[in-house]
Amino acid sequence: MSEISRENPSQLDRASWPAQYNVHFEKDPDDLWDESRMIVNIGPSHPAMHGALRMVARLNGEIIEKSYCQFGYTHRAKEKLGENRTYHQWVVYSDRLNYCSALINNVAYALSVERLMGVETPARGTWIRMMCSELARIADHLVCIGINAVDLGAFSFFLYGFHQREEAYTLIEKLCGARLTTSYTRIGGLMHDAPDGWEKEVKAWALRTREVIDEMDRLLTGNQIWRKRTEGVAVFNKEQCMDYSYSGPNARAAGVDSDLRRDQPYLFYREVEFDVPVAKNGDVFDRYAIRLEEIRQSLNILVQCAEKIRKGPVWSEDKRVRIPDKEVVFNTMEGLIHHFKYFMTGFQVPAGEAYTCVEGGNGELGMYIVSKGGPMAHRLRIRGPSVWHFQGLTPMCEGVMVADMVAALGSINIIAGELDR
Amino acid sequence: MIEFSTAAMLLKVIGVLVVLLQVVPIMVWVERRGSALMQNRLGPNRVGPLGLIQSLADALKFIFKEDPIPGHVNKFYYVIAPLVALVPAFMTFAVIPFASSIEINGTVVNFQLAELNVGLLYILSIGSLGVYGIIMAGWASNSKYALFGSLRSTSQMISYELSMGLSIIGIVMAFSTLELGPIVVGQTGSLVESAARIWPGLAQVPFLEHIPRWGVFIQPLGFLIFLTAVFAETNRLPFDLPEGESEIVAGFHLEYGAMKFALFFMAEYTNMFVAAALVTTLFFGGWHAPGLPHLLDLAGLQGMAREWVRILLEIATFMLKTGFFLWFFVWVRWTVPRFRYDQLMNFGWKVMLPLSLVNIFITGVLIFYGVI
Repeated sequence: MSEISRENPSQLDRASWPAQYNVHFEKDPDDLWDESRMIVNIGPSHPAMHGALRMVARLNGEIIEKSYCQFGYTHRAKEKLGENRTYHQWVVYSDRLNYCSALINNVAYALSVERLMGVETPARGTWIRMMCSELARIADHLVCIGINAVDLGAFSFFLYGFHQREEAYTLIEKLCGARLTTSYTRIGGLMHDAPDGWEKEVKAWALRTREVIDEMDRLLTGNQIWRKRTEGVAVFNKEQCMDYSYSGPNARAAGVDSDLRRDQPYLFYREVEFDVPVAKNGDVFDRYAIRLEEIRQSLNILVQCAEKIRKGPVWSEDKRVRIPDKEVVFNTMEGLIHHFKYFMTGFQVPAGEAYTCVEGGNGELGMYIVSKGGPMAHRLRIRGPSVWHFQGLTPMCEGVMVADMVAALGSINIIAGELDR
Repeated sequence: MIEFSTAAMLLKVIGVLVVLLQVVPIMVWVERRGSALMQNRLGPNRVGPLGLIQSLADALKFIFKEDPIPGHVNKFYYVIAPLVALVPAFMTFAVIPFASSIEINGTVVNFQLAELNVGLLYILSIGSLGVYGIIMAGWASNSKYALFGSLRSTSQMISYELSMGLSIIGIVMAFSTLELGPIVVGQTGSLVESAARIWPGLAQVPFLEHIPRWGVFIQPLGFLIFLTAVFAETNRLPFDLPEGESEIVAGFHLEYGAMKFALFFMAEYTNMFVAAALVTTLFFGGWHAPGLPHLLDLAGLQGMAREWVRILLEIATFMLKTGFFLWFFVWVRWTVPRFRYDQLMNFGWKVMLPLSLVNIFITGVLIFYGVI
């Protein structure tokens, strides 16, 4: 995708999309079936196929000769729902995309609608959104490398990470009352302001987590078995990554130096310092190492955010999107009507289209909204990185063993909710 | 006198069986609480004090569960496979001595169920019987993943049994016997006893003479090989490929449920206990505790009381050493990732096998020059 279309959503050329994104999914290739080989159905219910993914593999011994992948078992018509729900109502659906980093989805969706309406959130709201994104990214990465390690038999590593993730969820719970399906953002603001002292808690958590990350690093990175299992396994090189539209940590592991937070800063990423780690081999180990390093960078960002955030409003004062305070709703007629109209009919969004992409937990997460006016989107499309990453599984796994396929799938962090939508 | 020896035998059999059966729930508890300790969790702590009754509750659950037999299995082999896996695990323990002997009214009672003169061969042969249970389970299940598990298990067992057997050869050469009782007795001497005959200066070094002649000191390489092979034999991480729950779901016991699954589970833990007991017996002096006679002298015990206390302390020593290795199994399992199948094979054939041959050669040279 070219830079122009990212910067200027109005120039989006829909006709060029299919040409830019080569779709690599194969449908049940005829030459897969072979009488002399064992065909194994890996998934959709298999402990290593996280979510409900399916791979049909032709095996020679334990080596996967040929395979094809299927998805769609958790399809819930999210994009279509976007056409039948008001903009406010759809916030809830964005949680269920990449449920490991629901907050990033919330933020991406809110940014996209706000861009369409020309609404700006005040500084505190933006800082909180940024901290949320980083918290969610850390949780996402911890899940990914943790599950990847579990698939290769290292269970303790996973639980070290999960302990920190649970603490991150507790911090998120303090924001919005939910741990997983947050629905925290609103168009033009946030559900609530962060409670007093939340920034300090986040900072303390970040410092603690840094130590745990170092401990996890010491436990697994140097382990000979882990190195043997991951180095040079399921390699996806730079050219393939470009060809398959890889983004995020998976692309950076193969040497694609791109990070939307740095390349086209949204929120306040311009004001914090962080590095973008890039590896070059594109194997399972690099994908693991990149994520480990990114957690460290995100922790740095969190600490910086906690120092820079100031008191202030979190809501835009734009009357179209501002949900009236309960005080106003209960005590004034105008407030009550405003509230009623907001939730019953939704707010009007001017005609136009907008594509907003953010650096999601596992790659570029884009929200493309076409509005023809009115309270609901005319079209809502999501660019979920999992779709593009999942296509790469088949070429990645050609000629590797079943155990390596498990490692590869864990390392590219496919989230079925985002893949199937 | 016949009645006495029969009674003694019966007591020993019952004692060993009870201990073996108790080891399983206790080890399950240790495994769960131990892993929790390593992973900043609590582990099961609701049933009984410290969750100790949890394993009993689990066993009850297994017993009362419905025990279905899937329609696509070969019923006969499917049903006997868990038994074939479990029984050899118990049988192996028969030749392991867990204390020295005691003289009661002129009859010598050995604390060992069967004094076989081919003890080590017996262990190796019975140990490899266990794999039949796994093969049968995988084959009879008539399922692809189960077949994978049993195939992996077969090749893994064969590859590692070879190095395991060869690593024991060193011990057999050093102690010139296949019987386990004499092997332990052979380990009670001083490490430098024979070497001091060549280099008399060694006997003058104050600390050296107190080091016992344990297998681990005279066969360090053999010990490492044996320990690694034992991990593979007991299907524990990093060699748990026959199960590999994330790759081949649960491997050979995929189609099993209720008590039949529990039998496989028991077989695994009993195997672990036997393996730990074997490592103790062959390489860590079995029941031998250095300085035990001195301790008894200090306590001023005489006659039969002294003998019984000695026996009890020896059993305690044996259990302690075995317990350490059981904990070691748990420790390793929750620390390292799993090997890949081809890496496992490479390791078995290209590293372990040559090393164990080298070990035999080194042992031969050392024996030839009278060092050990």
